[in-house]
Amino acid sequence: MTDVVAVILWIGVTFYAVFGGADFGAGFWDLVAGGSERGRRPRALIDAALAPVWEANHVWLIFSLVVLWTSFTDAFSSLMSTLFVPLTVAAFGIVLRGSGFAFLHVSTRLGARRAYGAVFAVSSLVTPFFLGAVAGGIASGRVPVGNARGDLVSSWVNPTSILGGVLAVVTCAYLAATFLVAEARRRQDADLERYFRVRAIGAGAVAGAVALAGIAILDSDSPHLFNRLTHQALPLVVLSALCGVSALVALVRRTPSVARVLAVGAVATVVGGWGVAQYPHLLGTHLTLDAASAPDATLTAVLAVFGVAVLTCLPALVLLYVLDQRGRLGPTANPPSGAPQRPKQ
Amino acid sequence: MDVLAALSSEPSQLLPARTQMAFTLGFHILLVPMGVAFTFITLLVHFRGLRRGDEVALRLAQRWSKVAAVLFAVGAVSGTVLTFEMGLLWPRLMGRFGDAYGIPFAIEGLFFFLEAIFLAVYIYGWKRLPPWPHFLTGIPVVLSGIGGTLAVVAANAWMNQPAGFTLRDGKVVDVDPWRVIFNDAFWHESVHMLLAAYLVAGFVVASVYAFAMLRGRRDRHHRLGFLVPFSVAAVVMPFQIVVGDLAAREVFHQQPVKFAAQELVFETQRHAPEVIGGILVDGEVRYGIKIPGLASWLADYSTDTKIIGLESVAPRDRPPASIVHLAFDVMVGIATALLALAAWFAFSWWRRRDLPRSRWFLRSAAAAGVLSMVAMEAGWVVTEVGRQPWVVQGLLRTEDAVTRADGVWVSLIVVVLLYTAVGTAAVLVLRSMARRWRAADADEPPVPYGPPPELAPAGSSGRNA
Repeated sequence: MTDVVAVILWIGVTFYAVFGGADFGAGFWDLVAGGSERGRRPRALIDAALAPVWEANHVWLIFSLVVLWTSFTDAFSSLMSTLFVPLTVAAFGIVLRGSGFAFLHVSTRLGARRAYGAVFAVSSLVTPFFLGAVAGGIASGRVPVGNARGDLVSSWVNPTSILGGVLAVVTCAYLAATFLVAEARRRQDADLERYFRVRAIGAGAVAGAVALAGIAILDSDSPHLFNRLTHQALPLVVLSALCGVSALVALVRRTPSVARVLAVGAVATVVGGWGVAQYPHLLGTHLTLDAASAPDATLTAVLAVFGVAVLTCLPALVLLYVLDQRGRLGPTANPPSGAPQRPKQ
Repeated sequence: MDVLAALSSEPSQLLPARTQMAFTLGFHILLVPMGVAFTFITLLVHFRGLRRGDEVALRLAQRWSKVAAVLFAVGAVSGTVLTFEMGLLWPRLMGRFGDAYGIPFAIEGLFFFLEAIFLAVYIYGWKRLPPWPHFLTGIPVVLSGIGGTLAVVAANAWMNQPAGFTLRDGKVVDVDPWRVIFNDAFWHESVHMLLAAYLVAGFVVASVYAFAMLRGRRDRHHRLGFLVPFSVAAVVMPFQIVVGDLAAREVFHQQPVKFAAQELVFETQRHAPEVIGGILVDGEVRYGIKIPGLASWLADYSTDTKIIGLESVAPRDRPPASIVHLAFDVMVGIATALLALAAWFAFSWWRRRDLPRSRWFLRSAAAAGVLSMVAMEAGWVVTEVGRQPWVVQGLLRTEDAVTRADGVWVSLIVVVLLYTAVGTAAVLVLRSMARRWRAADADEPPVPYGPPPELAPAGSSGRNA
């Protein structure tokens, strides 16, 4: 039972890493798209791709938090108190990002749009970095059980956390670029397809390099985690590397939809590998899933809610993505001049 | 000296954590009606537009859905912050009771997910999906809004009436999810909040159009924009009074100390007077107007009802009664005034099928938006401050739940600055949307009376030439 709920928690984290990650990454490309003239078209594509789905993309975070605090209360309270700083920053980033994005959509003046766009883009960089740092703190066993018992600074300012943060940012950028190549292809925009293909390959190469460098960092900073990743989680790590490389090949060979699937596979297997490496512990080597887990009745309730969610939200989500991919969703009013013109669909 | 001793024994994080939680909840709750009930009001005009081929109604629905989308987005992220804060500020609450208290949140998460998905389809489906199927995608938005409200208030009700678990050595060892969700405070509290959401959404949206009508914009667009939301609020208002009355009686039975605070009863007594206004100083009520016996009668339909006073518990177990009482009076006072306003409207509608002609009616309606928000905030002050010093009634004190992390003062300051900026930007954005729409409507045939609508100031709209 505990293991089943742990798997559900991991599904939530994985989905957030993939969908939320692509979402954050799109913000990253918005940030580096250049001046308002040069960045107009890529920004318009990013905007059109994100607008209908961004809200749903971030529900996975709430999902994961709620499963964690209901099913593994001690772990939740320990990490929320020890990692107070990065999590607070991430929460602020989420507020700024969502508000910036929403306001951007209904503003027409260039100055206001720039300001909201900048807020959206910068927080798209900050939030995944800090969430990655949180993951690094947890994975390297720096969160003891108790109310703020761990070090408030070194729990997230350490080699593994920095690696986690950087890896999160580059992975998000890589995912997003891969998605955007497919999006540009769907809209038959060859220029943008090329634009994002170059960036996807670049980001993929950087992500791979960071992951390789990470091996050395983990070896010295988190020997336990390193040991687990190279033993029980090794198949997933290898699979992730294979997915990543094949995705790059698919990008080069101009099959963006294949690349998209492979990129998702690469990210999902990394998250899965982290989960397997931690198992059976939830925090470092001191709190096992079993010890942290809630009474069975609670786990049953969580499973029941999850079951209902699968039956209701999943079809709804499929409907949303299908309608979106078929171009049946989009803004109605023409944006005024000064706003990026959306490509005709 | 006692006060100093009490203060110094508190963790230093308590005050900033409390303030931050109150501030972020207070901010979020203003947006809730817009996500929960405004969508319903939008669907009403949408339905009318489709049924009667009414272009004005359809235009209203489309614009309202845009406004709802913006506010829903801000509500969603501020709600996400609250999710974080549950752990960031109150780790011991989640650590000890998460396995019971977390269940309603899991259900709320499910409803929120559904709402986010269907709202996206609804918002972005305008003029791209076939008319009726598009309308139908709005229905799950309304239903999940209702479900989410009930679920999340179930969690708050559980803090007031914790149930459905067995404690052994301070740990939750067995849980009955049904009892957790359907605790004794669930029905009156959640229905009270749900109706409040509908009232606030109705009055706030209507107040915008009342204001415009006062400035002479009385075309059909503004009339309809006023009538639909105001009618919703007017219909809900009497029900809310009844539910509120029931809720107060339930609080009397379930949380006597909270009831004593809201009624300002210090000594346990029969024939307790209802105090209007007033504060408590050293166990004495000052400056209030007393109505003999009414508090007792309101508690249990008899002036002979014995009301347990604040003195029945130790000073450290009492809430700050004056604040609770003042908030309670504000809530009840505004509710009474809004009921009168709804009655005025109903009478006029019944007699003439029209709004009251008096400008005072429109002025009152324009004020009703802000007033209803104040009443809702005051209601939350009553229930939250009235529960202090407990975070989980009788089981966990707020000071024991708070985080021991340093830096809460910093996060409080940042939160205030951040939310002020977001709130200001939201207002500016909505105003610029309204200005733009007005300018767009000005291109249409002018209305037969009233001054011409103001055009947006130069430089504020970069519309297509």
